[in-house]
Amino acid sequence: MGIKVDIELCTGCGICIDSCPFGAIKVEDDLASIDERCNLCGACVDACDFEAILISDVKEAVIKSDGYEGVWIFAEQRNSKIASVVLELLGEGRKLADKLGVDLSAVVFGENIESSAKELVRYGADKIYIVDDPVLKDFNDEIYSEILTDLIQEHKPEVVLCGATAIGRSFIPKVSARLKTGLTADCTGLDIDNEKRCLLQTRPAFGGNIMATIICPDERPQMATVRHKVMKKALYDPNRKGEIIKKSFNGLSMDLRSKVIETVEEIGDMVNITEADIIVSGGRGLQEPKNFRLIEELAKTLGGAVGASRASVDAGWIPYAHQVGQTGKTVCPKLYIACGISGAVQHLVGMQSSDVIVAINIDKDAPIFDVATFGIVGDLFKVIPEFVKRFRELKG
Amino acid sequence: MNIVVCIKQVPETTSVKINKDTNTLVREGTKSIINPFDMYALEEGLRIREKSGGRVVVISMGPPQAEEALREAVSYGVDDVFLLSDRAFAGSDTLATSRTLACGIEKTGDFDLILCGKQAIDGDTAQVGPGIAENLDIPFVAFVRKIRELDNHTLKVERMMDDGYDVLEVSLPGLITVVKEINEPRMPSLKGKMRAKSINIPIWGVADLDMSDSETGLKGSATQVIKIFTPIRDGKREILEGSIEEQIDLLINKLNDLKVV
Ligand SMILES: Cc1cc2nc3c(=O)[nH]c(=O)nc-3n(C[C@H](O)[C@H](O)[C@H](O)COP(=O)(O)OP(=O)(O)OC[C@H]3O[C@@H](n4cnc5c(N)ncnc54)[C@H](O)[C@@H]3O)c2cc1C
Ligand SMILES: Cc1cc2nc3c(=O)[nH]c(=O)nc-3n(C[C@H](O)[C@H](O)[C@H](O)COP(=O)(O)OP(=O)(O)OC[C@H]3O[C@@H](n4cnc5c(N)ncnc54)[C@H](O)[C@@H]3O)c2cc1C
Repeated sequence: MGIKVDIELCTGCGICIDSCPFGAIKVEDDLASIDERCNLCGACVDACDFEAILISDVKEAVIKSDGYEGVWIFAEQRNSKIASVVLELLGEGRKLADKLGVDLSAVVFGENIESSAKELVRYGADKIYIVDDPVLKDFNDEIYSEILTDLIQEHKPEVVLCGATAIGRSFIPKVSARLKTGLTADCTGLDIDNEKRCLLQTRPAFGGNIMATIICPDERPQMATVRHKVMKKALYDPNRKGEIIKKSFNGLSMDLRSKVIETVEEIGDMVNITEADIIVSGGRGLQEPKNFRLIEELAKTLGGAVGASRASVDAGWIPYAHQVGQTGKTVCPKLYIACGISGAVQHLVGMQSSDVIVAINIDKDAPIFDVATFGIVGDLFKVIPEFVKRFRELKG
Repeated sequence: MNIVVCIKQVPETTSVKINKDTNTLVREGTKSIINPFDMYALEEGLRIREKSGGRVVVISMGPPQAEEALREAVSYGVDDVFLLSDRAFAGSDTLATSRTLACGIEKTGDFDLILCGKQAIDGDTAQVGPGIAENLDIPFVAFVRKIRELDNHTLKVERMMDDGYDVLEVSLPGLITVVKEINEPRMPSLKGKMRAKSINIPIWGVADLDMSDSETGLKGSATQVIKIFTPIRDGKREILEGSIEEQIDLLINKLNDLKVV
């Protein structure tokens, strides 16, 4: 299987058992053994103090760059508006391109999208590839994957980044599968290994309990989806110049097998929690559905969106679109206020990377306080109205 | 209607905690469960069969222990289960996993609809569903929260987007991944539990799937995990003190200073 325990070196200390995220290691007769649950992730290799665990026959990392050059970002739009994650991709893409000493290009699909696409030059892109066609107005998996695949094959970028949004996570895996290259999901950190000229992609897994750094040693391009609201936005420079390259859409190679027949914008500012800078969330501590009014009021006062724990969603107090956590949405606002939420690990993984976390809970031992920047131990039915009142007084 | 459901056995994340002193993972036992999102896929498959007839086939790729997950699936009432297990599969990334599962699905026979979970709670990539669809060259819809209509040739579904939902029409055969909102999974039946105990589960390896070693496992993968570590949490926590009024004023000042409000 490629992983071996050196029986001479292993002392049977068992440190590796806890390091294994898959529970694949056991120690018997003072000797560690690894079963098929092993994913060859290497956590135990690092954990072992005696260098007794070895991963062999890992492929030789020979990079076949074969003329692949440049960093690309996919600039998604919805209703002809470029998504905010795109500015973050440009900021991060610029850094990577500079480290590699190559151009940064943005790819835009849409209808009448040229003027907003050109703006991307001022956010750091050297080249913009535009495919403008009525067919591309709305997102369609099949059309988008085919055009992007073709463009990549024609221009051979070495890195392709896309937002880990509903659109990105839906069609980018099809592109990477078609190109038979690697794709790293939902990255929160990117860097370049200058020596090997490869992209170091860091991402959370196991619901955010662990982080993994991943490379794509042999195949090109190296592809990644990037989590929204983690990378810094690119700065605007009105004097920046770049090249606009228009590509025409020449129809598809096959019949379309899926089509979008309706697009419904369901949610106002109060619900799109992945975009919000401020989120006020309510949990079972609210006791009754009508008490969500308190959360809504605080959110409105602060200009934020409403989130929820699974307990309050499961109780039917608020729709699933508001759920934060492992089986809900992952959010990363500037400010997250958790009210009457205990802080179960499945909730924490969805919000713990928020910049500032405020917890309001009556139980001083609630685990939510472990991740809170500021904690208020108290009854939310008293604390929230006071918060709203004082904030209004101060901010008028 | 022939339905295939893909289920993955995953460690139960509730049993993974961080040791606050050492900042390392602490596993309380090594209990494995069916990936929670796959339970919704399973349920949806059973509901479709109840309405339109046909059979529900469940397939999983994993170590021999993944057989437990398939037995559990039988207890809910599915027709057939298949396990893809071979040492050569170890270390597969999503590219190799999708390729392998696609070969396995083809071997199970004709299919009209393939159902997957939105994502697995361990790998968390949400890439295997679209990967399988691409390998089988069939249409794909992610994040389905509702099947509106289904007949032998087409499927009409609602797909969750970041700002609402899309309604899509897809021709069959096709593949969808489902979110939690789609249904409420049932409990196992007594009859199902009995059958789960005795059912003989076919296990297919590389040779059975007509694959070569270089298409799957570590060799068939493009990505490689080079490091795993626990996230760093900064410990600047502060429990505010004083009366409620004082605490609120303090909080508003601090939030002001940090420029978050
Ligand atoms: C596979 C799996 C996936 C899951 N996914 C998610 C997920 O995505 N998101 C999620 O949130 N959960 C998820 N959960 C559930 C999670 O384990 C918890 O059960 C849930 O988060 C608890 O919600 P809660 O904090 O609102 O409720 P509780 O844990 O019941 O906490 C209520 C809190 O309110 C406090 N309280 C009570 N009254 C007051 C008052 N008057 N003033 C102030 N505080 C008060 C209490 O002290 C308590 O801390 C998942 C679980 C599993 C097994
Ligand atoms: C820490 C870590 C990080 C990783 N990051 C990446 C990465 O960024 N890119 C990458 O390509 N690989 C990655 N991998 C490898 C990846 O986890 C495996 O390929 C895994 O087998 C499938 O991916 P997933 O768990 O993310 O499944 P997902 O794609 O999230 O699963 C979606 C659905 O596909 C079906 N499915 C998935 N796996 C199986 C299975 N084995 N049997 C049956 N049905 C299944 C289920 O219906 C499931 O709900 C990573 C592995 C680790 C340990």
